[in-house]
Amino acid sequence: MAILSVRGVTKRFQGRNGGVKALEDIWLDVDQSEFLILVGPSGCGKSTLLNIIARLEFQDEGEVLMNGQRVVWPGRDRTMVFQDGALFPWLTVQKNVEFGLKRMGVKPRERAERALHYLKLVRLSKFAGSYLHELSGGMRQRVAIARALAVEPQVLLMDEPFSALDALTREDLYEELQDIWQRLGTTVVFVTHNVREAITLGDRVVLLSGRPGRIQEIFPVDILRPRHIDDVDVARMAQQISHAMKSGHARMNEEEYDEDEERTEEIDLLRLLNSSVGHHR
Amino acid sequence: MARTLWATVKDGTLLAATLVSMRRVLLGYFVSLAIGIPLGVLLARKQLLQETIGSLVVGFQALPSICWLPLALLWFGLNDRAILFVVIMGSLVSVTVAVEDGVKNLAPSYVRAARTMGTWRLPLYTEVLIPASLPALLTGAKLGWAYAWRALMSGELLFVSLGLGHLLMEGRELADMSQVLAVMLVIIGIGLLTDRLVFGLLEQRVHERWGTARA
Repeated sequence: MAILSVRGVTKRFQGRNGGVKALEDIWLDVDQSEFLILVGPSGCGKSTLLNIIARLEFQDEGEVLMNGQRVVWPGRDRTMVFQDGALFPWLTVQKNVEFGLKRMGVKPRERAERALHYLKLVRLSKFAGSYLHELSGGMRQRVAIARALAVEPQVLLMDEPFSALDALTREDLYEELQDIWQRLGTTVVFVTHNVREAITLGDRVVLLSGRPGRIQEIFPVDILRPRHIDDVDVARMAQQISHAMKSGHARMNEEEYDEDEERTEEIDLLRLLNSSVGHHR
Repeated sequence: MARTLWATVKDGTLLAATLVSMRRVLLGYFVSLAIGIPLGVLLARKQLLQETIGSLVVGFQALPSICWLPLALLWFGLNDRAILFVVIMGSLVSVTVAVEDGVKNLAPSYVRAARTMGTWRLPLYTEVLIPASLPALLTGAKLGWAYAWRALMSGELLFVSLGLGHLLMEGRELADMSQVLAVMLVIIGIGLLTDRLVFGLLEQRVHERWGTARA
């Protein structure tokens, strides 16, 4: 049963050189509790699509349905985690997480309880009283996730939430996010330009090509969870999707494996073996 | 010389004058904040207002506060209300402009995040926009205070009775140097006090929360 439906969404931008179609005729269904990834090169419209779902931007054609109803405004049923966190520096960590709850009219004591519950989920309950500048980037994104989850949305939207973080922190967060997702069963729509990240996290990976933004291909990911970014299966599938991307005349940056030279060689070797010997499960 | 200063002053006139001036400036200042802050926020957010009132505000900025005095006297007559008006007008514009600037330059992600949390209308302003622009608001408040004080002094010097400015002029007319100096010292003292105690503390709080002024 599709919880979120994108139907024939088209979005145009008027530039000085004439119009450009950021998105063209997008049809997409997202199932309950699914972890869906939107991946593609920069400028392919994936963030625009997410913003349209969140109703931070509006489409020119088509509609977005949630549980069969048209969505018009932004709302707590579709909260978003932004790339820069977009947390409020004048509030403590706990008050940040409580923000949505306060808007809902939840009483202070219950607010605090729920906020602490979600802070525990992202393993930051010790920092409830801290201010944002006392936290690292990775910690701040975890607060952003806690804030978005505290209002118990039907769909969690994530716009390249880990792109600004270092590789090590990202890996921790992949594990944490998969764990949280499996526990809560929230539907997630996740945007990234990083193919390996997409495969590590998603049930389905939707590849978008840019200018005009169209769905090029959808890849179901059957790899067993929990997945890690350096799993061989992940790497293999990443190659497959990257090829598709390149063949779609798109440019893209595959993740830079900058930390461990040995691991890269190992994976290259495995790839070589796999491609010459054949796949086996 | 210092002795005569002390003596001249201790008979209560200085204190009385200070209280009068302080009452006027504080009242005018807080009124200008009460009008200026919401006005600044609205100007930043509503395009229509910006296009209509916006240029008016900018125009007023060019007018030194003392120029309001003749108008005030004609309107309100020879009383406290006139000086209050001058103080308000002197402070209002700088507060408004600083606030408008601060809100306009806010990172859009705050508003977007707030929207996804289901925040609209009044709560958007009170819970997001105003706290987010607090550093700019503080700047506006400091500027407003400086202008309010200047407006008051020029008003009292030129015309109105009973305040510190008046005492200053009186000192000149009586050729009483110690009185003049005493008043000046008081004015300087008030300035330092407000800067350190009031604004200093507020800025401290902001730095604590926002993590600014660390480098």
